[in-house]
Amino acid sequence: MKLAGFLLLLAGWAIVIFAVALLASAGQRLGFVLAGIGVETLGLVLAFRSHLVAAEDRG
Amino acid sequence: MMVLPAPAFSEAGMAVCILFILLVPLAGVGLALINTGLGRSRSAAHSMLASLCVIAVAALVYFACGFAWQGYLGRPAHVVILAGKGWNWLAAEPLFLRGLKLDGSPASLALWLEMLSVGLAALIPLGSGADRWRLPASCASTALLAGITYPLFAHWIWGGGWLAQLGVNYGLGRGFVDAGGGSSIQAVGGLTALAIAWILGPRLGKYSPEGIPAAIPGHNAVLVLLGCALTLVGWLGLNSAGAILFTGVAPSGTVLAAVNTTLAAAVAALAAAMITQIRFGKPDASLVANGWVGGLVASSAACASVTPATAVFMGLVAGVLVIFAVELFEVRLAVDDPSGAISVHAVAGIWGVLALGLFARFPGAAGQWLAQLIGVATLLGFVLPLTYGLNWLLNRFYPQRASMEGERLGMDVSELGATAYPEFVIHTEEFIPR
Repeated sequence: MKLAGFLLLLAGWAIVIFAVALLASAGQRLGFVLAGIGVETLGLVLAFRSHLVAAEDRG
Repeated sequence: MMVLPAPAFSEAGMAVCILFILLVPLAGVGLALINTGLGRSRSAAHSMLASLCVIAVAALVYFACGFAWQGYLGRPAHVVILAGKGWNWLAAEPLFLRGLKLDGSPASLALWLEMLSVGLAALIPLGSGADRWRLPASCASTALLAGITYPLFAHWIWGGGWLAQLGVNYGLGRGFVDAGGGSSIQAVGGLTALAIAWILGPRLGKYSPEGIPAAIPGHNAVLVLLGCALTLVGWLGLNSAGAILFTGVAPSGTVLAAVNTTLAAAVAALAAAMITQIRFGKPDASLVANGWVGGLVASSAACASVTPATAVFMGLVAGVLVIFAVELFEVRLAVDDPSGAISVHAVAGIWGVLALGLFARFPGAAGQWLAQLIGVATLLGFVLPLTYGLNWLLNRFYPQRASMEGERLGMDVSELGATAYPEFVIHTEEFIPR
């Protein structure tokens, strides 16, 4: 699950990068940057959640 | 293709910059004392020795290859073309500083400052791995930080890389701006601290089988608070030198940077003291110390770009954020971070970077906040997976955590064979009635 979290983090960053590089309109760029950050947030939640599950298993 | 130029300054400017850089090691001394004081007494000598060792490893690795990959404004770099724009992603300097004259030029001063800064970044994860991180493993992890993670991200913002070019290429303000290293030093160090805390797991006895955290207080509040005082001096040098070298501020402009740095730390510490007073009935020394350093960290990025009143607000938010982030990580997220390094350096560092985008007042700042947001997205989406992946790989081949027996004995005895306080026992004869 942590791996999935990190893949989501990387995917979110890729969305941000390509939004900056490929989109000309300021509105579109902003929208996709925010979408990328949203995907990163999901990745962070997943990474922390997987750590919690592992901690519960250890306990 | 647009290449961002290096700032030019006079002999006097160079002398001022050298004086500021000379103060920077005090920030490292302060962080080392804070990490040691917040750890257990049976790991105190280990903590201080590890601090020295990681600073040494960081400097050597940065000399060998770090600067070659980080570079500086106006110097050779690898550039890829993406949709017609040049993306400067890695410096192209020779290894072992062979292409750089150490003559007081901006590039040579930047190298000196960076060599000290990378040591600062390496000290941050030591706090989160306290009492259980083996000394050789912490040195190996530092080599990865100083050789790969730090130079790569620092090139992007301080070496004329693609984040710094967001302004020139895409009209986003001045591109990503960070004068004192709120992102490249603090957030990179803080995110590495998170990776280390995840990989090592909590200290023995930190969490009950039900997941309830036990309080393991630091062993020496005096060391911690002395460390705080020293960090202020170091930060004044770090932020001022960074403002000159990385944002082109004139030496006279460093007065604003120094005032903002001091105000942010002062307000953050008082905010932390008030919150702990309200919540616990008494101010908590370790959390106030965290607030103090959190204020310094938050001031780093924007120290030369905001008004003193804004610095006060930034410090206030940093002080509040740090207190609640420490609790969030420890209680809700089961991350054992003895010195609060993740909250102090990653959370407050990211706040400082975002605050610059929101509050900076300089000509052509439109779109600045989006450039700062892209930088934060890069920290979370690229730096965190990179630093976790590198340390995870290292841990696979070279386990980073001390054995259970070693941790029980304390890192001093298990790794150094002697304790920091050999006479730190209660002498019963002192209590015999005379």
